Amino acid sequence: MDYFAQQLINGLVLGSIYGLIAIGYTMVYGIVGMINFAHGDIFMIGGFIAMISFLVLVSLGFTAIPLILLIVLLVSMVITALYGWTIERIAYRPLRHSFRLAPMLSAIGMSFVLTNFSQVSQGARVKPVPPIITGGYTLHEGSEGFAVQLSNIQIVVVLATIVLLAVFTWLVSRTRLGRDMRACEQDQTMASLLGVDVDRTISMTFVIGAALAAVAGMMYLLYYGLVDFFMGFVAGIKAFTAAVLGGIGSLPGAMLGGLAIGLIETFWSAYFSVEYKDVAAFSILIVVLIFMPTGLLGRPEVEKV
Amino acid sequence: MSATSARPSHAAQPSGSAFILKKALISAAVALVLFSLMIGVRTEAGPQGGLIYWTRFGDLAAMVGTVFGGSIIIELLRQWWGPVDKEHIVPKPVQAAMSFAGRWLAPALLVFAFLVPVIFYDQRYILDLSILVLTYVMLGWGLNVVVGLAGLLDLGYVAFYAVGAYSYALLATNFGLSFWVCLPLAGILAAFWGVLLGFPVLRLRGDYLAIVTLAFGEIIRLVIINWQSLTGGPNGVSGIPRPTLFGIPLDNSDDGLAARLGIDFSPTHRIVFLFYLILAMALLTNWVTIRLRRLPIGRAWEALREDEVACRALGINVTTTKLTAFATGAMFGGFAGAFFATRQGFISPESFTFQESALVLAIVVLGGMGSQLGVALAALTMIGGFELFRGFDQYRMLVFGIAMVLLMIWRPRGLIGHRAPTVFLERSQAISSDLVKEGHG
Repeated sequence: MDYFAQQLINGLVLGSIYGLIAIGYTMVYGIVGMINFAHGDIFMIGGFIAMISFLVLVSLGFTAIPLILLIVLLVSMVITALYGWTIERIAYRPLRHSFRLAPMLSAIGMSFVLTNFSQVSQGARVKPVPPIITGGYTLHEGSEGFAVQLSNIQIVVVLATIVLLAVFTWLVSRTRLGRDMRACEQDQTMASLLGVDVDRTISMTFVIGAALAAVAGMMYLLYYGLVDFFMGFVAGIKAFTAAVLGGIGSLPGAMLGGLAIGLIETFWSAYFSVEYKDVAAFSILIVVLIFMPTGLLGRPEVEKV
Repeated sequence: MSATSARPSHAAQPSGSAFILKKALISAAVALVLFSLMIGVRTEAGPQGGLIYWTRFGDLAAMVGTVFGGSIIIELLRQWWGPVDKEHIVPKPVQAAMSFAGRWLAPALLVFAFLVPVIFYDQRYILDLSILVLTYVMLGWGLNVVVGLAGLLDLGYVAFYAVGAYSYALLATNFGLSFWVCLPLAGILAAFWGVLLGFPVLRLRGDYLAIVTLAFGEIIRLVIINWQSLTGGPNGVSGIPRPTLFGIPLDNSDDGLAARLGIDFSPTHRIVFLFYLILAMALLTNWVTIRLRRLPIGRAWEALREDEVACRALGINVTTTKLTAFATGAMFGGFAGAFFATRQGFISPESFTFQESALVLAIVVLGGMGSQLGVALAALTMIGGFELFRGFDQYRMLVFGIAMVLLMIWRPRGLIGHRAPTVFLERSQAISSDLVKEGHG
């Protein structure tokens, strides 16, 4: 039972990270109707920028951990958001009225560019970071010496996710930008006729998605203590699985799907085999798409002739 | 997204040096922020395990300067070229010359391909490279059946390549079966996996189909890595037997080919044999594809690509049509895989990553999707281009990614933008591939 509770905690934390990435997929798919294949690599770039800025801040003599974390968070969100904006501008916007495969292939190319850019600029080796947030609580002392632990970093990850989700939900449901985004999702032509700047709204979607991915990258860095240039690929596919599982286009669905994928992966590793955990995640993607293509909270897609 | 979104109105683009300069300055500022940490600071795991870093502001300045200059050049080129969607009419003589070249290019290439081992007999490097190019030509033609003809976007094609390679490697090393027995078996097994993948994804369209095939390819790779008792895991399978000329080995033993013919043995014999083997296999792929296109099934593939709903309404069995496309494409992938295994003598999961799938897909797209000649030319360009970066391995995929993005922006329909329709009324007329749909799944 204790083992189960511990895995539940680990799974929820991992799921929060996936959920943050999945929101980026689901928003872009909802508005532009394309899979932003490079989004996993944006997450990786976010992790790298967090790692570098952390390193620079520490060597500049900053010692207050909360201040460092805040600055790192802001820096990585801003720079990664700019990456998202630039990618949309260069690789997707010229193709918006091209044939259907073009943005997908361009996105795959962009994903290669980002992966290999960070490999070339930062080297291929894994970058380890010492634990920044330490300590934690023992929730329950088991009879066989197995204790259920809740570390501070896990609390930080879950709290940051909840806060971001709250801000993000407010942004989508209450602000002008959110209304524009929902309008573009329904009908771009109509939205532009009514004075919505479609190009700007789509750009902002990429910016917000990238900023959330940057937070996920930073959380990943804090939680696992490492980044490497290839981590975006698998994390990206899993987050996409989460978005599909939750119903693509649905924001609460993305978070729900992220949590579900995190839990499934953790429990699979704990009770079956660690080697096949990625196979499990990919199989879920296939099974969900085949039997439940609208996901948990998605709307069915009407086929038009 | 609504499919009928209006084209953005092209307002008169401002020009003039002030505008160009302003745009370049903005680009440079963006580049400065983007690259500030990623290029300006280099991190590495230090000797004690902790991270160390050093700054590279010179490189950063060079990159920002490049972006500034590049932005000016691109903007000048754009103003010189005019709006992108302006029709650039090709003059009649040029058109005639191009159609002449188009008619004679394929036979000329074919003759040249047959003569390559004669011309470059002493140059092992060129022979090896030609074999590699032909392998990708074959893979491209195989994937072309799925993507170009049937319009099903397959991002996991490398899975079938892997199935073919491992089928031959395992059958040959464990049961001692010869290449010529294993080749059809590898094709059949790959086709079987193609059907196995095809069944569940029948209902999916477009992007979803692409992602599921990608996941399928990754699953196959992960299973190969982790099923160590069968596949040797990350260590791969080594000692895969070389092919024989219908039982006559190509080595310097007493009953080898050289001894039987009474000529001096040379290791080049085997390379030349491999060259003609892959050439024959690629041509077989091409021939089968061309013949299939004229059969009802090939017509059904192309009809499916254009409009699935209309297909159903006309009574075409969509299930069998899609499954045969997957199976045919997979079978050719399996053949190519078996050839790859026998040529290398060693295979490991590293050869079957997603990058490989993307490379083959890029070849098919660059070739204009559906054009056999285009795919061959694209394979030549791609693999040749890769070879130019042989010394800079780490920049290779970076350049490949940039090329893929630029290609999509510049010519999303591939280099060969025209094709001969399979069915026509009265007279054949080349149509622009803008009129052909792809990838709706």
